[in-house]
Amino acid sequence: MFAYVMRRLLMLIPVLFGMTLITFSIVHLIPGNPAKVILGEGAPAQAIADLEERMGLNEPLYVQYGNYIMGLLQGDLGTSLKSKGEIAQEIWPHLAATMELTFFAMLFAVIIGVNAGIISAWKQNSWFDFLAMVFALIGVSMPVFWLALMEQWIFAQELGWLPAYGRQDSRDPIAEITGFYVLDSLIHLDFERTITILKHLVLPSIALGTIPMAIIARMTRSSMLEVMKSDYIRTVRAKGGGQFLVIYKHALKNATIPVLTVIGLQTGVLLGGAILTETIFSWPGIGRYVYEAISFRDYPVIQSGILVIAFMFVIINLIVDILYKKIDPRIKY
Amino acid sequence: MKLKSSWLLMLLVSFVLFLAACSGDGGQKSDEGASDETESTEESTEESSEEAEESASGEKVLVFARGGDSESLDPGSTTDGESSRVTKQILEGLLEFDKESFELKPALAKDWEVSDDGLTYTFYLEEGVTFHDGTPFNAEAVKINFERWADPEHEYAFADDGFVYSMYGTMFGGYKGDEGHVIEEINVINDYEIEFKLSQPLGFFLQNLGMSYFAITSPAALEEYGPDISEHPVGTGPFKFVSWTKNDSIVLEKFEDYRVEGLPKLDKVIFQVIPDPSARLIALRSGEVDIMDDLNPDDAAVVEGEDGLTLLTRAENNFGYVGMNTEKPPLDKKEVRQAIRYAIDKQAIADALYAGYATTSKNPLPPVYLGYNDDVEDYEYNPEKAKELLAEAGLADGFDIELVMSPTSRPYMPDPQTVAEIVQNNLAEIGVNVTISSHEWAPYLELTQNGETELFILGWSGTNGDPDYFLSSLLHSSNKGSSNYTYYENPEVDELLDRAKRAVDQDERADLYSQAQEIINDDSPMATLVHSTPVLAISDNVINYVPHPSTSESLAEVDLAN
Repeated sequence: MFAYVMRRLLMLIPVLFGMTLITFSIVHLIPGNPAKVILGEGAPAQAIADLEERMGLNEPLYVQYGNYIMGLLQGDLGTSLKSKGEIAQEIWPHLAATMELTFFAMLFAVIIGVNAGIISAWKQNSWFDFLAMVFALIGVSMPVFWLALMEQWIFAQELGWLPAYGRQDSRDPIAEITGFYVLDSLIHLDFERTITILKHLVLPSIALGTIPMAIIARMTRSSMLEVMKSDYIRTVRAKGGGQFLVIYKHALKNATIPVLTVIGLQTGVLLGGAILTETIFSWPGIGRYVYEAISFRDYPVIQSGILVIAFMFVIINLIVDILYKKIDPRIKY
Repeated sequence: MKLKSSWLLMLLVSFVLFLAACSGDGGQKSDEGASDETESTEESTEESSEEAEESASGEKVLVFARGGDSESLDPGSTTDGESSRVTKQILEGLLEFDKESFELKPALAKDWEVSDDGLTYTFYLEEGVTFHDGTPFNAEAVKINFERWADPEHEYAFADDGFVYSMYGTMFGGYKGDEGHVIEEINVINDYEIEFKLSQPLGFFLQNLGMSYFAITSPAALEEYGPDISEHPVGTGPFKFVSWTKNDSIVLEKFEDYRVEGLPKLDKVIFQVIPDPSARLIALRSGEVDIMDDLNPDDAAVVEGEDGLTLLTRAENNFGYVGMNTEKPPLDKKEVRQAIRYAIDKQAIADALYAGYATTSKNPLPPVYLGYNDDVEDYEYNPEKAKELLAEAGLADGFDIELVMSPTSRPYMPDPQTVAEIVQNNLAEIGVNVTISSHEWAPYLELTQNGETELFILGWSGTNGDPDYFLSSLLHSSNKGSSNYTYYENPEVDELLDRAKRAVDQDERADLYSQAQEIINDDSPMATLVHSTPVLAISDNVINYVPHPSTSESLAEVDLAN
């Protein structure tokens, strides 16, 4: 197992290297340059040329790429052309914000999705099954931004139950420690703040988690149905095992592998930047960070941002693969 | 995987979340009183916003919601409006603009003198003023700031860190050593007297000093922070910088030793980013923010009639236009350009897209500006006349042409796509066949600058209240390839604009600009469309908030009702 994990981690290197090459090429092939965007409509041509020179945009591409890789190897993700700040420092709060949101969105998606899928399979073709699958279909078809706006309108504006935007109350910002506000508020022992932060998480988590929930529900259902037809389940039933035991202990365990795959992939997708949800809820996540960098042609941020996201995705897949082995000892690496 | 226990864990967590989500009372009411969700079950707007404004010590906290984050908090090195909006509270310049116009008032300079030849400006500075870090404000500080902007080799210019002072270059004719650079010498006479010697007169020199870009930073802070000054601004303004969470919020707090007694009224100001305009309005209605900028004109009517909210407008300070590349046939013929102007129905555009918050434009200059020529003949919608002119030019059968645009919403044009379509329809009626080509903003700027266009849609917003910024930037031949996108060249206009720039007598300048507009109106390098009136909304609890046409207004006098 250890050897397997080590091998996988080593494989990360060529994958990431390939990613930097692809991202760098694409980013530099797009027309438009950051000097013009920074200086704005009214800038004299000379100022733009000077800025291009200072930004190193006139160096041959391979030199720019080489500099970037050298920096990466030293842990330097580069400097933002727009804010002139170090990307390694800037990106962390954005990443933490996205990770926190993704965690709660997936928590929602998994709890509701898996349970709905199990019950649907158990009570196959019942009303519950039918309704659950219809909702899943609606969930997967609904545009995220529309769902987000509707949630805001109903729960924040009309009912006033939940906050409309952000990770916390603007008027009372938290003193950050880790960047994960739920954790930070617990460390401060400020439990009222924890409740506030959790309230801010509710609407965006539901908006973001609805599509994964629908997918997970459907996948769980179909996987369970298949498992429940198998011989060993018949054996457990024959031995007198109660329905509940059968379903949750035996069947679920065996049905989990495809569901776990889906959960892993969905988590990666969410981490990749829930740009729409982040925009509607003003969530300062990595999706918005990279998206705005694209509009601005902030090349270093685009490159490093995409790299970080790819890295997270690969790590999650690795975790999923390790979990496979835990669930199904038959799997050999 | 121990299924039973993990299942129980999931149940427990979902139970906790359920509690958090549905609890109307939010558990104990927070000491700080800031969580307005605790007022949930009742009518949210009024009560919750009142509760929310005060935190534990009865502090007055104002939340200002805007659509994008600031780029930098170093005023000289950015041109971005969201940056100026914030730096205006932290740093001050020698002069400042009046509350609702571009009239000049004293700020850090309490008085000034201009020599008759317009080459020497002497400023008498306020005494006893300190920066937020406690160091004294004096003439030496002013000199260091101006030199920092003019000279890339200056120790505080941070040129190697990518700092470019483009506003300085544009407004003062270039940088140290450039031919057009007007500031020759800056002399410190004593701690509170400073003299600027110019190489040539500049009619809008004083106007420039009112701009937020030329605010004075503490030299001690420049020394301490170096290039990080863009994230640690230190000035003499009513509010001090506290913290900046990127893409989220900037927190400022009251500067106790501000030079004006009794100000600021607020204890804290928070600039919050809420990118989506609908979400911003919802946040305003729920009381989570107190002021929101960039209201969609379509929402203006609703907000006007709404209890608890007030609609505000900014004075017109921009214009939108259809540009015509005067170097590309058939646009090189005056008659063709005039025909296009007659063919476009400006009023329809103003009515359709701005929900009434726009007026049609006949000059490339907002009506309140110095020298605005109201006597020029307007090109009112007249397709017949347009066809006549085309025939005169030998193009009675019409022609094909490309219109480029970027769908990015701009202050002078919230919906360029629809404007393009209206123009396309209008021109079709006179036999001109328009193909629309859409581009992303950044490459669009390049295209238009390089003159790779025929018809295009753009606009211009004012910064210092002076006509030169509009007319010279857009129509002086020396700006072909930078801001003169129509590649317009008329030596008569160039001369008038140059003379107006160097004249110091404002009446003389007004007359020269008037004459220039006559010629420009005849030459018609652009079909001017509208001046837009930006709208914004505030909660009724906000007192003394006056929006400025430049989009950066001081919040020193703003207060919150309780």
